[in-house]
Amino acid sequence: MNESSLGIYFHVPFCAKKCPYCDFYSVPFSKSLSSDYVDAVLRNVNHYGDNSFVDTIYFGGGTPSLLTVQQIEEIINAVRESFNVDKQAEITIEANPAALNYEKLTALYEAGINRLSLGVQSMMENELKFLGRIHSPEKVRNIIHEAKMAGFSNISCDLMIGLPNQTTKNIAHSIKCLSEMQVNHISSYILKIENNTPFFFNGVSEMLPSDDDVSDIYLFMCDELEKYGFMQYEISNFAHEGFKSRHNSRYWKCLDYIGIGPAAHSGYKGRRFAVAGDVMKFIGEPFQTEVDTDTNPFSFEEKCMLSLRLTDGIDVNKLGIHKDKIMSKLPKLIENGLIISDGKKIVLTKKGFLMSNSIIEYLIFE
Amino acid sequence: MSNDKIRNFCIIAHIDHGKSTLADRILEKTDTVAVRDMEDQLLDNMDIERERGITIKARAVRLKYTANDGEDYIFNLIDTPGHVDFNYEVSRSLAACEGAILVVDASQGIEAQTLANTYLAIEHDLEVVPVVNKIDLPSADPDRVCSEVENVIGIPAMDAPRISAKMGINIEQVLERIVTDIPAPIGDTDKPLKALIFDSYYDAYKGVIIYIRVKEGSVKVGDTIRLMSTGAEFDVVEAGYMNPSSLVNAGRLEAGEVGYISASIKSIGETRVGDTVTLAENPCDEPLPGYRKVNPMVYSGIYPADGAKYGDLRDALEKLQLNDASLSFEPETSIALGFGFRCGFLGLLHMEIIQERIEREYNLDIITTAPSVIYKVTLTNGETKYIDNPSNYPDPALIMTAEEPMVKADILAPSEFVGNIMELCQDRRGIFKNMEYIDDTRVDLHYELPLNEIVYDFFDALKSRTKGYASFDYEMLGYTPSKLVKLDILLNGDVVDALSFIVHNDKAYARARKIAEKLKDNIPRQLFEVPIQAAIGGKVIARETVKAMRKDVLAKCYGGDITRKKKLLEKQKEGKKRMRQLGTVEVPQEAFMSVLKLDE
Repeated sequence: MNESSLGIYFHVPFCAKKCPYCDFYSVPFSKSLSSDYVDAVLRNVNHYGDNSFVDTIYFGGGTPSLLTVQQIEEIINAVRESFNVDKQAEITIEANPAALNYEKLTALYEAGINRLSLGVQSMMENELKFLGRIHSPEKVRNIIHEAKMAGFSNISCDLMIGLPNQTTKNIAHSIKCLSEMQVNHISSYILKIENNTPFFFNGVSEMLPSDDDVSDIYLFMCDELEKYGFMQYEISNFAHEGFKSRHNSRYWKCLDYIGIGPAAHSGYKGRRFAVAGDVMKFIGEPFQTEVDTDTNPFSFEEKCMLSLRLTDGIDVNKLGIHKDKIMSKLPKLIENGLIISDGKKIVLTKKGFLMSNSIIEYLIFE
Repeated sequence: MSNDKIRNFCIIAHIDHGKSTLADRILEKTDTVAVRDMEDQLLDNMDIERERGITIKARAVRLKYTANDGEDYIFNLIDTPGHVDFNYEVSRSLAACEGAILVVDASQGIEAQTLANTYLAIEHDLEVVPVVNKIDLPSADPDRVCSEVENVIGIPAMDAPRISAKMGINIEQVLERIVTDIPAPIGDTDKPLKALIFDSYYDAYKGVIIYIRVKEGSVKVGDTIRLMSTGAEFDVVEAGYMNPSSLVNAGRLEAGEVGYISASIKSIGETRVGDTVTLAENPCDEPLPGYRKVNPMVYSGIYPADGAKYGDLRDALEKLQLNDASLSFEPETSIALGFGFRCGFLGLLHMEIIQERIEREYNLDIITTAPSVIYKVTLTNGETKYIDNPSNYPDPALIMTAEEPMVKADILAPSEFVGNIMELCQDRRGIFKNMEYIDDTRVDLHYELPLNEIVYDFFDALKSRTKGYASFDYEMLGYTPSKLVKLDILLNGDVVDALSFIVHNDKAYARARKIAEKLKDNIPRQLFEVPIQAAIGGKVIARETVKAMRKDVLAKCYGGDITRKKKLLEKQKEGKKRMRQLGTVEVPQEAFMSVLKLDE
């Protein structure tokens, strides 16, 4: 990935059904709304277009797969017209397995999408039911199979851990299934109850396993994934050799990305800004209104915070004036098995990833 | 208006038996407050009082009532505090009245806390008018409660008004009883002024407002008054009475009346509750009986959670002291907590109230250290020292004798709880003196107890062992030699001076274990494990460990919303500001407080 390259993120704010744990911005899908939305997206692509070198495009949401293939193709073509898009660009779409079929997959592939991120969450029937997902493990199997038939060779699946009564056996099962289907990348998130979600109101917090149990489950999951060749490269991300998410890596490496759509975030030309989570406003404006979210973007602290999420860690030589202070705090962290350092890099251990907030705060913010 | 149309009275009630509600109804019925202006429970005007359902400081209000006999009467309703910490203030409020309405809950009957104040009222020769409240409750049994009042207190009660203050039922009966049963005040207006201060507060515009009951003589605007305990003299600017929401400057107060005086008094320390006001030109021979200066019994350190707020804390204490002469403070420093103040309180409730007021009214986060009594230490060189801060406790090698303050304690409770109470007092190193049966079911236990055993949580412990029925009162006895040791608490190997305290040798081990446990429960797990040790001298006698936290992570990607991640971290960091950083250990305020409540 080129330091001066650019990534483009589209927030597609439509969902057929809102998942009870999700707090991302989305509204119920309608054809006319989505058509107005795509028009607004095209205006914005044109607006930002400056022929910069773009090597990642990402459709996130919401449920981007609710858009028609024609709409997605229109957007991709618009990006190609307004920017200098790399031939090898990674073009990802997040998709709900329930909303896909072979025809759609084929069409998406032909439209230029080359990476699928499937919201699988689990390969256990009971866990999917708890999470309010409308697909079955069987459906996931079929879709991954059909995706491969359609030409996709870069498939990522989301998993979720830390569910009520989730056993390591359940997790091992989900991982084994995905591995057998030869997906290339797994993002595995610990369930967090976000404010004002149905899970929040239904008291799911009370049912969650203890932090100690979740920690054990996380460590188990990491080991299990690596057993199948999914190497950890970020707190929640694991990939086969050569299949790290190039777009998401931009976030952690402080590289530029433009976010288009309601509730989309950007880190672009030294600024961090967001668009209001209001699809009607987005549609009604000639160009999206950028609201700066951070008075001190791309700061040293921010770079450290993000680097420490990665197994690449922080380069000690980049600590500058903070080096002595930070290095003096390392021995105790090393002693407690939370970080490893060869003197050139500082890298959190898996145990350290679990405590990353406290460690980042201790090392960087104090 | 002549004295025979005045009634000065207070209301005595157990917590939750409806004192404030009845006061509200009386205010309503006497048209003193238009219903639309009523805020529930008007007399208790501090937030804390409302929430805790207790009256902290006395208040007084004048009401006008037209009785069934067609005559207009003036009622002076004096509200009284109800807690042992403020016992002296209660006694002064009672001394301003001729009568007391005793409110008893129709289903719960007399409870012990009411008894002490009722006896106090009887001691002051007050006419006690029993009223049975909450007759609207399904479980109400007014007959039983009336006979209980007769048996326990020994006053006729079968014809007591049976009311519901909440529903406004039979309130008129109470008003009529005030007229018919409570005597009018007596006092010679022509004699030299003799007036009792029963409360005072600081007004930003008028200076100190003193609430007085004129016993003899009169006082008017322009008079020069003298406060007899200090000899301080002031010129009266206003003399009048209190409406529920304002002061009415009538220009003059006479024998029998309850009212206020403002006289450009700058410091509330001058206007001591219980003191006698007279005229400088024509003073009375001797002051009213019963005055004593109230001294702090309990000391603790108060520190700002955020060291930069030291000045704000000082301002808050100064302002609180304007209204509360029994609060004392002076600067002190702690290695653990930085700059703060050593504060003196009447008791533990007083301490808690002050803390809450600092936090609420002045919006300051504070940390309070364990309360300490004043120890008397005689050094080998013959020097005597009074120690109110465990940090200043001398090296044991230099101590010849150590003494601790004792109190004479009176505990009233139903006889079924005698065993529990004795067990508690024994545990608190109490010396049993004697026990009297008040009637078939109620006993009065006399103990001598070390003050340091009751300042922490004795009242709470007593209540929990007696289902809330016991009442408790104490007075100082003096010092007695004792085997005292200083217990230090170490976190991560470092002594936390703010957690040190002095304890009797025999109880050191048990308390050390308990404190270590409490701290373990109240110090959150953090990045590194936290060893907790309790030690006497260098010897560790208890140990616990707070295990390292294992999970503190933002797992989610948030679609490139880096700011959100950063803000979550900053918020988390902000949350930790409420904690004290002691070395690498973060200690929340609750941990400092938890060691005060060891009985739970």
